[in-house]
Amino acid sequence: MPDSILSVRNIEKSFGALKASDGISLDLVAGEIHALIGPNGAGKSTLIKQIAGGLKPDSGSVAFMGRDVTAKSTAQRARLGLGRTFQISALAMQYSVLENAVLGAVGQSGSVFQFFRPAMKDPALLARARRALDRVGLQDHEDIITSELSHGQRRQLEVAVALTLEPKAFLMDEPMAGMGAEGSRELTTFLQELKHEAPILLVEHDMDAVFACADRISVLVYGQIIATGSVDEIRSNPQVRVAYLGEEEPV
Amino acid sequence: MTTILLIEQVLNGLQFGVMLFLMAAGLTLIFGVMGLINLAHGSLYMIGAFAAAAVAAWTGNFLLALMASLIVAAIAGAIIELTVIRRLYDRDHLDQVLATFALILIFSEATRWVFGSFPLFLNIPDALKGTIILPGGIEYSLYRLTIILIGLAVAVGLFLLISKTRVGMRIRAGENDREMIGALGVDISVLYTMVFALGAALAGLSGALVGAIQSVEVGMGEPVLILAFVVIVIGGIGSIKGALAGAILVGLTDTLGRTMLPVIFGTFMEASSATTVGSALASMLIYILMAGVLLFKPTGLFGKA
Amino acid sequence: MIRERYLNMMVLALLVLVPAYAVLMDEPFTITLATRAVIFALAGVGLNLALGQGGLVSFGHAAYFGMGGYAMGILASHAQNYEPLMEVPFVIEGTNSMPVIWLVAIVASALLALLIGALSLRTTGVYFIMVTLAFGQMFYYFTISWPAYGGEDGLSIYVRNQFPGLNTLDPIQFYGICFVLLLAVLYGVNRLNKSPFGLALNGAHQNEERALTVGINVYRLRLVAFVISGAITGLAGALFADLNRFVSPTMFSWGVSGEIMIFIILGGVARLFGPVVGAAVYIMLEHFLGGLSEYWFIYLGVILLFVVLFAKGGIIGGLSKKETRHAG
Repeated sequence: MPDSILSVRNIEKSFGALKASDGISLDLVAGEIHALIGPNGAGKSTLIKQIAGGLKPDSGSVAFMGRDVTAKSTAQRARLGLGRTFQISALAMQYSVLENAVLGAVGQSGSVFQFFRPAMKDPALLARARRALDRVGLQDHEDIITSELSHGQRRQLEVAVALTLEPKAFLMDEPMAGMGAEGSRELTTFLQELKHEAPILLVEHDMDAVFACADRISVLVYGQIIATGSVDEIRSNPQVRVAYLGEEEPV
Repeated sequence: MTTILLIEQVLNGLQFGVMLFLMAAGLTLIFGVMGLINLAHGSLYMIGAFAAAAVAAWTGNFLLALMASLIVAAIAGAIIELTVIRRLYDRDHLDQVLATFALILIFSEATRWVFGSFPLFLNIPDALKGTIILPGGIEYSLYRLTIILIGLAVAVGLFLLISKTRVGMRIRAGENDREMIGALGVDISVLYTMVFALGAALAGLSGALVGAIQSVEVGMGEPVLILAFVVIVIGGIGSIKGALAGAILVGLTDTLGRTMLPVIFGTFMEASSATTVGSALASMLIYILMAGVLLFKPTGLFGKA
Repeated sequence: MIRERYLNMMVLALLVLVPAYAVLMDEPFTITLATRAVIFALAGVGLNLALGQGGLVSFGHAAYFGMGGYAMGILASHAQNYEPLMEVPFVIEGTNSMPVIWLVAIVASALLALLIGALSLRTTGVYFIMVTLAFGQMFYYFTISWPAYGGEDGLSIYVRNQFPGLNTLDPIQFYGICFVLLLAVLYGVNRLNKSPFGLALNGAHQNEERALTVGINVYRLRLVAFVISGAITGLAGALFADLNRFVSPTMFSWGVSGEIMIFIILGGVARLFGPVVGAAVYIMLEHFLGGLSEYWFIYLGVILLFVVLFAKGGIIGGLSKKETRHAG
């Protein structure tokens, strides 16, 4: 695809006899929210790990911003601008909100091997961290210890930490999980805004949320993508209805 | 070097290996089922040896001494599991290391207090003294051969226990999923105590068997414990098969290294420095082996990826 | 409850006042005890960087402690016998200058930590503990079987090494050297903990996945921390050897690794002054309990068990309320 930011080509991954990824190809193009849905055990998390870098595919390739990153580590992909949020919040729980955001800024700036200047007094790191917290609405909570945040606030902080990287694409694993209806709606609005900066590949169980915010949807079943298309196309796709939505094929 | 000497050294290596296996099997089982790293396993080895030496001195019966080593170590294991160890299952590895290190201090000093600092001696029973002629005309210590056979018998017994019995099924279930085992209606705390006592008994037996070849003294357990760790790192944690393979590999490498390396260096070096360099290198050989395994298979030869 | 900072100040004050009092009362043995405490504290500060900040439970720091000790022993024994360390391809002489010995000790133990760390950090959790313990033991056996520097019997140095302008044989002057080094290292480690490096190191300890996904190479981060940690413990080893004027394979034994860990847990994990308080308390226990009973390790074991099971913050954690946190 021409303006593809992230493109997955023919990825295969087996665990013993189980084919978790069976020739998957997928594109994330500029400006879109692309949702990846599928029943439990379809291989969603295996696919996400291969895109993010935690797991190496047996064959096939992952390209990001036109570069082949198949052999690159998670950290390298992050530095190239792949922002990520997790299903279960991956945050430094004993750090304050601001410290978590500064951690992101440290990673982004490549200043990990600076040993002497205090990180929490570095204007550039602080500015970047605060900009990200502002955007998700956590600016008034920067001194709170992360473990004391509410579930929804942790989600926001996850997004903020990812934002410090100024990502070229986001990989979000069930960002709506555990958010109330109100929180879900707010987050949806925010993602709609965010996608113009960087497209979002979204793994989500909440169907209403997916149908409300996704531009395109890919359906993963038994390690294969059985359909990719707009919300309407996916809703009306008979294969998807049988395989995923659990409906009988109309006779 | 003659072939006969070489075969004798291979047998010695095997004997060393099966003893390490008795230690490593208990450690790896305890880790696999309860997720616990137990430094005090070496103390249980020492306790078994002291129990055997005391009972042998009292009754003069080696078989009774071996029974005592199994029983006393199992009881000591059960006691520390009930009082200390079970508080550690939900703790991080640092706490487990420190608490079981504290147990080493307590056990070692208490043993020194009771038995004194001088080594005790455990004699090989008359029936097992002397040598036996193996096929091919190789003369070998009957006692060491017996150790090898006991070790292999225990290995077979453990495999059968784990793969064929109800207790073994529960152990395997516990390794995979602690909640599942609760769902099976098994009292998990009883199972944990049993597994820990079983591991302790194996360590105690090992201590008693080795005690008859070497001396029985305070601090005898920790060097063996560290070797058992090397075995587990090489074999892969939580795997009995890995423990057996790793133990034999370490036993053979160490024993053969100590005999062969000075000889090999002797082919191109002057004799005395060949001995020095060869034996210094031999003392590091199993750790170099471990480093090699870490380079190519960090999870061990039989470990899960 | 006392603020942790004031508590730290009090500890420093004690480390000045107790030896000063000992000088006034002419009790050189007390100064020697204080020197031991300060050197052990330094070793503990080294380990605490890896263990407390980085969450790397190394049970093999005796390797660096021993390496520092042997760096001193080897250099000083060559100087004492007027034999060059090597002659081909160029001549390297032994030395009895402390600063040179420290530098060699630091570099040698850093290199050793680089090698052991590079291998050990390929593993995590229990594996890491077992692997570091095993590598530590390897050097114990090696020094026993290598006869050139005393083998099992160790190596005696008859004169304490020299420091320009000081009489190092005077207990209080040697104490001063050790104390100033401890202060310098504490200052450096405190800066390090607050730097981007320290933030990342502790962040990766709290959540490795997060550190990776913000683009931090966690393996390299930890390796660097491990090397600095080993180097500090190596410096402590060189001082310890100088204090005793003796090195032996015992410095490499697993028990020493355990002791260094005890300093940290007694004082408080991941607290800057944890190992300092822990080492001082350890020396006091050794002195007083050791005077009461030959079997004082039993009491030490019981105390350690109690601290691990019921008093996780150690002494500093018990006396001050502040959370163990990286910055703030």
